[in-house]
Amino acid sequence: MSEFVKPKHQRLVLVLIAVVALIGAGLLAAWALRSQASYFYLPADIAADPPAPDRAVRLGGMVEGGSIKTAADGVTIQFVVGDGKARVPVSFKGIAPDLFQEGSGVVAEGKLGADGTFIADNLLAKHDEKYVPREMKDMTEAQARAAVAETQ
Amino acid sequence: MIAEFGLAALWLAAALAALQLLAGVLGLTARGAELGQIVRPLAVVQGVLTLLSFLALMVLFWQTDLSVKLVAMNSHSAKPLLYKLAGTWGNHEGSMLLWVMVMGLAGSFVALVERRLPEPTMLATLAGQAFVSLGFYAFLLFSSNPFERLNPAAPEGQGLNPLLQDPGLAFHPPTLYIGYVGLSVAFSFAIGALVTREVGPAFARAMRPWVLGSWIFLTLGIVAGSYWAYYELGWGGWWFWDPVENASLMPWLAATALLHSVSVLAARNALRAWTVMLGVVAFSMSMVGTFLVRSGILTSVHAFAVDPERGSFILALLLINIGGALALFGLRAGTVTEGERFALTSREGALVFNNVLLSATLGIVLLGTLYPLLAEALGAQVSVGPPYFNPMSAVFVVPMLVVMGIGPLLRWRRDSLARVRWSVIVPLALMLLTGAAFALKGVAVLPVLGMALAAGLVVASLLPLRGRKLRQVKLPLWGMVVAHFGVAVALFGMACDSAYTTEKLVALREGETVAVGPWQIDLVAIEPVAGPNWTALQATLSARYDGGSAVKLQPQARSFWTPPQQTSESALETRWNGQLYAVLGERAEDGRWQLRLWWKPFVTLIWYGGVLIALGGLLALLGRVASDLRRFIARDKIAYRKSRQGR
Repeated sequence: MSEFVKPKHQRLVLVLIAVVALIGAGLLAAWALRSQASYFYLPADIAADPPAPDRAVRLGGMVEGGSIKTAADGVTIQFVVGDGKARVPVSFKGIAPDLFQEGSGVVAEGKLGADGTFIADNLLAKHDEKYVPREMKDMTEAQARAAVAETQ
Repeated sequence: MIAEFGLAALWLAAALAALQLLAGVLGLTARGAELGQIVRPLAVVQGVLTLLSFLALMVLFWQTDLSVKLVAMNSHSAKPLLYKLAGTWGNHEGSMLLWVMVMGLAGSFVALVERRLPEPTMLATLAGQAFVSLGFYAFLLFSSNPFERLNPAAPEGQGLNPLLQDPGLAFHPPTLYIGYVGLSVAFSFAIGALVTREVGPAFARAMRPWVLGSWIFLTLGIVAGSYWAYYELGWGGWWFWDPVENASLMPWLAATALLHSVSVLAARNALRAWTVMLGVVAFSMSMVGTFLVRSGILTSVHAFAVDPERGSFILALLLINIGGALALFGLRAGTVTEGERFALTSREGALVFNNVLLSATLGIVLLGTLYPLLAEALGAQVSVGPPYFNPMSAVFVVPMLVVMGIGPLLRWRRDSLARVRWSVIVPLALMLLTGAAFALKGVAVLPVLGMALAAGLVVASLLPLRGRKLRQVKLPLWGMVVAHFGVAVALFGMACDSAYTTEKLVALREGETVAVGPWQIDLVAIEPVAGPNWTALQATLSARYDGGSAVKLQPQARSFWTPPQQTSESALETRWNGQLYAVLGERAEDGRWQLRLWWKPFVTLIWYGGVLIALGGLLALLGRVASDLRRFIARDKIAYRKSRQGR
């Protein structure tokens, strides 16, 4: 019977395996979350303390009037996101959401390029009359009101 | 009238649940034993009442009774009938009523058919079920009344979210809910067993069909939800690690672990306390999922019901149920005697490994899903996406899949890896060769791992059948083989999709052509079209695979008017070796049209694999139920003979 763990130890061994694995998973998750979670920035935050170039972040603000330009390929757009304090140029290749327009709020997911242009992989706009991206609500009240009013 | 009838039925059901809880608890005491006899009938009647209440709401939606607030808010007289009916559960209140109905019906079913367990355990189980139900009745009646009247009646309804107007999605929530709520029965069985200290094979056999059944529905719900997100959102992806997707994945992970540990308990009378614990965790994850979805607390494409009050209500229910169950577990776990022993290298050992790794994966997903909430409490806004979830879950899933290949070959109780070394050499070699081949082609790490594991597992999953006469193989074994094979198939689809998808984003004029992978695609025309409650711009594409004959694809950009909203309807062309996926974007200023096109080799295997996994569960369930029935009939015959002899 030597291959069996001693009777009173078996439960202990199993509990230990489970605890070690779960704590390991927890520590690993904590470490990964610190390095991989994508933080939310307003244009003013980017101006004050820009994120590292390879770090995925989200940028929220208002699309400045007259700033949307389509590149020659017909699918890349460039625009400026502002919050009244700072302005960040954004470049996005893809199909913009339907309610994406000048003067309205937007959340761009992507990375800040080395030249200061924000390269967005995805744009979130308010996508129906009930749903506003959470971050838009947390902009200053006046901005949020303006954003909502503009997109209605 | 119908609304009042539905509400009355709901109140009555809640009252019966309270009575059921009381009678169940008193029935456990020496003096209240007679009271225990009304518990089963109460559970049955309660189930019938919840069904009537739900049917009442369905009739209201069918008639589009605009004097009922819920109908006015979520339906519209011009909606197709299917979506009128699906509107019953396509909103917060209705979906909670669905939840309560499924729970009530599950309770009646248990009360009617489950006769294996000692009566005190059954009483404790049904009392537990009543306790959990009561919380949800309170939730419905006090904060989410589906039958609330609107005075005066609305002139017209506001319509159903167009994203939800899709046949697949009409059945997606009920499927998931049946899975979620089925786990409440497993939870109640665990509570019952803890209260009466009857944790053993009989308990495991009673619980197993519920775990299997819930797991099948959860699997199907996840597969359907993933396919819906894939073709409806038009983003070309099939899993976004969205909080709501995670909300369905977490109970599935817990149920998968439970499914395996309950088999150990039933077959070998081992892993007793662990199985009970998982029973508690699995339903807790269902509740966490409901909390995440229903409170709309996390940013999500699904978050259309944002209401902090409801969120706090579900959170309170969650804390009471989980806290209570864990406290009971803490008090009683020490008195659950240890089960049969086993060596670490054995079937049990492999299943322990599987359980631990599944739980760790669950932990990774749970932490990633809740982290934004924690961070927000500390004043930072973050979101967590694939860069976290993909590698972190792979850390645990990869070794788990390796064990999945070997575990079924091991014997119960005690075995050695040396004995099975010649069996695993073929899949192992195949795995290494596949991995090396794709790695040399420069494929990224995770897809290489996926392909290699898939190749190994396709063979390894069939090995348990080796040397057996296929006709004599029992259904549960077929179930395991089919489910594990399905995992390999789905994994291959995922790896192919992430390694070999080609994407093109272009702006074209009518008559122009673009190439995507092996496809040549012409933009033939763009025309306006109209549907029952929408208008759309529709592109007609003519696509040729490798110079073959042309097929037509018609992606649309739709505008709904109730409620006003734009959606894009992607167009798919499915071949045996993959899917062509087309989305129509906007018109650029110079008159060109944006088109987004993907060629996704073998992507459909992801969902075929998922369906195979569910089918495996179904085979196992049928096998178990059939043998339970046989045993039941045999016991009945013996009892009958004895009673005749006695006469």
